[in-house]
Amino acid sequence: MTVGIVAGIGGFFALLLIIAESKLMNYGECTITINDKKKITEKGGSSLLTTLNNNKIFLSSACGGRGSCGFCKCKILKGGGPLLPTELPFLDEREKKDMVRLACQVKVKEDISIEIPEDIFAIQEFAGKVTSIKDMTYDIKELTIELTMPKEIEFKAGQYVQFVAPRYEKSRQSVTRAYSISSNPDHIKFIELIVRKVPDGLCTTYIHDYLKEGDTVNFTGPFGDFLIQDTHKDMIFIAGGSGKAPIKSMLEYLKAHKSKRKMTYLFGARTEKDLYHVELMKKLEDDLEHFEFVPILSKPDEGSKWSGKTGYIMPFLKEFIGKPENTEAYLCGSPGMIDAVIKELHNLKISEEQIFFDPFS
Amino acid sequence: MELNVFILFMAAIFTSNILLTNFLGMCSYLSVSRQIESSLGLGFAVFFVMTCTTALNYVVYYFVLVPLDIVYLQYIIFIIVIAAFVQLIEMVIERLSPVLYYSLGIFLPLITVNCAILGVSLFMVIRNYSFIQSVTFGAGSGIGWLLAILALAGIRQKVNDTFVPAGLRGAGLSLIITGIMALGFIGFSGIAVIQ
Repeated sequence: MTVGIVAGIGGFFALLLIIAESKLMNYGECTITINDKKKITEKGGSSLLTTLNNNKIFLSSACGGRGSCGFCKCKILKGGGPLLPTELPFLDEREKKDMVRLACQVKVKEDISIEIPEDIFAIQEFAGKVTSIKDMTYDIKELTIELTMPKEIEFKAGQYVQFVAPRYEKSRQSVTRAYSISSNPDHIKFIELIVRKVPDGLCTTYIHDYLKEGDTVNFTGPFGDFLIQDTHKDMIFIAGGSGKAPIKSMLEYLKAHKSKRKMTYLFGARTEKDLYHVELMKKLEDDLEHFEFVPILSKPDEGSKWSGKTGYIMPFLKEFIGKPENTEAYLCGSPGMIDAVIKELHNLKISEEQIFFDPFS
Repeated sequence: MELNVFILFMAAIFTSNILLTNFLGMCSYLSVSRQIESSLGLGFAVFFVMTCTTALNYVVYYFVLVPLDIVYLQYIIFIIVIAAFVQLIEMVIERLSPVLYYSLGIFLPLITVNCAILGVSLFMVIRNYSFIQSVTFGAGSGIGWLLAILALAGIRQKVNDTFVPAGLRGAGLSLIITGIMALGFIGFSGIAVIQ
């Protein structure tokens, strides 16, 4: 009797909520007009980012649509509702005036008209076969993925792809994470990725502990505007850990195109165990006319034979910057590290326009 | 003698403030009182949900539980009613006002498990309030809770600019401030008693 009454009351409220959801959350068919040319009609209720993805239009999004990276910006000319507090941290005054929004935060509840860069239409979904998985360090692996569908990719050095980890033992849903391409863009039949294992990271755990050579993987891309600038200025690269990926891609591209620019790569690590691709970097030093690789260890193991630089990167920056007005800085790493380095670069008189970075999100 | 609803309303806000005299709803009170804006959002949400769920629970109690002689189920039923109402309101706000949803809606799941909401419904039964008295008491308690969290948020923002010993930072100092505020509110206790 008691159980029946509780179940009855609970059931009544559950039914009420189901009815409310079907009525309140039903936005009907909505039309998204893109660049005044392409029209998409979809059932409303999902985020704009998801709706576009469902229609094979892939806006950049490193965080998988959680509103924490701020990459999925697009102009919304009509519809989309008011600007939300969750978007404010990612938009400056100019963007707010230009009606720029985060596609992952905008829900499609009505007809919407948007504007996106034309080159986004070039972004595709790829399938590939993992041909090699190499241990770089105790927590970093390098994957080589041979493209199977389509068989070729066009990208620029510094860009990234969004890797899709399927459902597996430790993740009940498929997750998407961004990883920079570490191979030379001249190689269009395969890509390389450098992935550091994040403790409890759903995607990195899949790559490190579950992915095997021969497996088929899916990714979307290429994305990003962390690119080599077409100038003759000196280049200083600053990145540690898996932040080496886009830098390696840039260096290999610059080598292939016989660049004569002066380049320095400061690679910050903790101990010798965190160093990798050292031989490759030495070879690049030989092949490139003006390139120097500078590994810096913050805590070399006691009793190790480390004869290189010791400490943090910051104090060494000055040593490698000749003329600040003739130097471009390329940074890749955690937002905290990037903020700190940018502050130091400003102190060294390198202007905002000459600093390019790719923060991990 | 029938308790005057105006006196009941003022007593619920000041002399019998649900938070400062019964210490109910402390967890969200302590965790969302760092900034005035967010405490205002949560306070309004508590006021709204408290008023509506007291009315709903009154109807459920006297028209369902009493006739069926199952008043011993009041705890579980009240919680079901509160949870369902909060879910429903969340949907309505999301549909009608995305901006309000993002400023107030995010607090709604917190309120589902706020013991002050359940506490007001239980007091309504214990004290044999009428429907009007119950709604008045719910609204007054909501305003009282809003007043308390707003006062704490204001004080905490001031305290941020001063030196606080490391061991007292955060919850420690907040509880001391709450205790002092409660002592202050005792000053109102001669005005009206509803216990």
